Amino acid sequence: MDKVISARGLRRDYGRQAGLVHAVDGVDLDIRSGETVAIMGPSGCGKSTLLYLLGGLDRPSAGQIWLGGEDITQLSERRLARVRREAIGFVFQAFHLMDELTSVENVELPALLSGRSPRAARRRATELLERVGLADRSRFLPTQLSGGQRQRVAVARALVADPALVLADEPTGNLDSAATADVLRLFDDLHQAGQTLVIVTHDTRVAATADRTIPMRDGVFTSQAALKG
Amino acid sequence: MGRIMLICRLAARGTRRHLAQAILLLIAVSATTTVLTMGLALSGVTSHPYQQTRAATNGPDIVATLQDPGQAQALIHASGVTRSSGPYPLLDAVVQLHGITAGAEAEGRSQAPAAVDQPKLLSGSWVRPGGVVIERAFAQALGAVVGNHVTINGRQFTVAGIAVTAAMAPYPNICYSGCIIGNFWYSYGISAHEIGLVWMTEPDVTTLATAANPMTSYLENLALSSPGQAQAFASEYSSPINGPMLNTWQNIASADALLVSDEQSILAPGAVLLGLLALASVAVLVGGRLAENKRRVGLLKAAGGTPGLIAATFLAENLIMALIAAVAGLLAGWRIAPLLTDPGAQLVGTPGAPSLTAVMVAGVLCVALAVSLASSIVPAIRAARSSTVSALADSARPVRRYGVLITLSRRLPVPALFGLRLAVRRPRRTLLSAAGIAVTVCGITALLTFRATVGAVLGGMSDAGLPDPAISRDEQMLAVITIALVILAAISAILTAWATVLDARRASALMRALGATSRQVSAGLATAQVLSALPGAIVGVPLGIALVRVLSKATAVGNPSVLWVVATIIGTLIVVAGLTTIPAGIAARVPAPEVLAAGAD
Repeated sequence: MDKVISARGLRRDYGRQAGLVHAVDGVDLDIRSGETVAIMGPSGCGKSTLLYLLGGLDRPSAGQIWLGGEDITQLSERRLARVRREAIGFVFQAFHLMDELTSVENVELPALLSGRSPRAARRRATELLERVGLADRSRFLPTQLSGGQRQRVAVARALVADPALVLADEPTGNLDSAATADVLRLFDDLHQAGQTLVIVTHDTRVAATADRTIPMRDGVFTSQAALKG
Repeated sequence: MGRIMLICRLAARGTRRHLAQAILLLIAVSATTTVLTMGLALSGVTSHPYQQTRAATNGPDIVATLQDPGQAQALIHASGVTRSSGPYPLLDAVVQLHGITAGAEAEGRSQAPAAVDQPKLLSGSWVRPGGVVIERAFAQALGAVVGNHVTINGRQFTVAGIAVTAAMAPYPNICYSGCIIGNFWYSYGISAHEIGLVWMTEPDVTTLATAANPMTSYLENLALSSPGQAQAFASEYSSPINGPMLNTWQNIASADALLVSDEQSILAPGAVLLGLLALASVAVLVGGRLAENKRRVGLLKAAGGTPGLIAATFLAENLIMALIAAVAGLLAGWRIAPLLTDPGAQLVGTPGAPSLTAVMVAGVLCVALAVSLASSIVPAIRAARSSTVSALADSARPVRRYGVLITLSRRLPVPALFGLRLAVRRPRRTLLSAAGIAVTVCGITALLTFRATVGAVLGGMSDAGLPDPAISRDEQMLAVITIALVILAAISAILTAWATVLDARRASALMRALGATSRQVSAGLATAQVLSALPGAIVGVPLGIALVRVLSKATAVGNPSVLWVVATIIGTLIVVAGLTTIPAGIAARVPAPEVLAAGAD
């Protein structure tokens, strides 16, 4: 299978001199198309920072990231935004849905940002809400949904642009057991459908659903699993 | 006592933490109180120069306009009259100098000094055959100096001197107590505001009278044993049908003060406009601070702070700043006021320093506190009532949803989509922003309307080419107020943009995470500000015209040029958009993950 994303010598530093922190410290990583990869580690180990670097939301202090063969660390802010719009889907622990928008309006937002017609964006958003089992909640506001339902809306939003890679940051961190099971089933469906997924988590139940689990501590991978993709 | 100490300490810390905002609040409130103080300080500033002029000219307590010189005898011998001069013949005249044609009351005087009302010469000499003396405000408008040759009713005279008097209202208010614009003046198109005063010898005046323009009135100046009783004397001896008509020194003093009272009539609504703008600015500022202080409120509550303590701390921060601003405004206004109190060319002497009365100080302090209280009471109560848990979590304040606008925005380009949605999320802030812009555009439109009125409706003055000192001073006042409004509005626009940027942190970061560029997000923030400014700018135009209609003494008000009005609206929107890019640019530098990880809104 082709590599969807690769990273070499990836580093992200914060602070200076005595206060210098290596949040991500020389990470190498390959992820192939259709893979589900779980990056596991305790809080503060740098896994979320790594996820934001892979998604082009943050820039590394050193190293390269190739997405679909293109080095995204050298891209302008404008091109990077386009990459996020077209090739990356984010799922956040805190859902980050717009409170004033309904489920379907939240899901269609990235499609509207990428210039799709309102009609096409709405059609795609409705399809995705059906896929995540929330067709009957399409006109509900986030405050009218349970945590699990909100996360499923967020997953639908991440998929609306048919991204090559979905990055999920602690997607079950704010959910109870039943909602966690719901979201894991959804991720499994995506995996079966060939969607490439990178999930950052400290939940072993989530990691168990992945093809590969990469342990991380103090900004570095503690096993060689990162390059086995 | 300990509680008060705690509130003061927390308020001081809060102010220090947000020093830039505190300074902006200080500027907004002190600008208002400065203008208010200036308006209040102008009250009565001409009384001192008028008294000096009265003393220097042996000014009369009563000036009687007689239809017949014989009417003077009864007045001279009336009870309470101590001295008199006159009767002096008065003739409607037309003065031509330097291509300017103006009306004049030509008063025939003896070459010998008069016991009452001997005009004070400021240059040249007193009247002589063929030599006239011109009242100083009128001379300045004509551009006349000693030695000029002036044509009066077709005859040439030499300007012998320039003088002032306390016996007659000066140019351009000589008709303050009433004038009859007869056929003679009317035929030259001269209006009541284009008439001045000249003195010449009695024989010269007499020779100017013709059958078509006869001598119709005479002036008798009276000094009373009790000047304070002048009004009672005038009431007793005035006869509205066949004369005499008596004018009191108090009435003339009021006419002399018109120049300054005009300024007051502009400063007072100017202070109201600035006050309204300050109110909108401070409300936005305080609301923004609440959003930023949410976690601090939560910590205070968690540590045992009561809702009362929270509200008191929040109010104390703003009220203390308002008090400091009021004191600064009082001092600034008191220092600036003398620059505006030039009593005019018609009087000699200098104005006394404006006095800071207890009423004035209390009034200014009350306005400052009212502005601050009105704008901070709602956020203070909101902070006091907020849930400790949600405050500690720094969770988002619920936003408004307007489904129709959200649906509509789907068809718009990304910046407009984001901007429209942002603008409608916080209707109160949008309203305040619109109100602030409306007040500013109102001030600018008022200035444009005033200029149009002077140019078109009061065009008689410009036909004569005679400058009106009152109009040029009014224009200066309006310009000063407008500049203050524009500066305050710019501060307000930055504050509103800053509050919007702060409030939209999470939405902006999320938009960036979903693929919007920083430029699109910044443009969206600017669009949000422009969308709220647009209705304000449009409403401000009719408000400005209406303001001039209320303030203007003219019967009709000119309309400002459409081009200028459109330029004002577009210029305002461009400035608002430009000013928004400052806080938006600063916010765009914060990495999106940082904002999203904080879970902040």
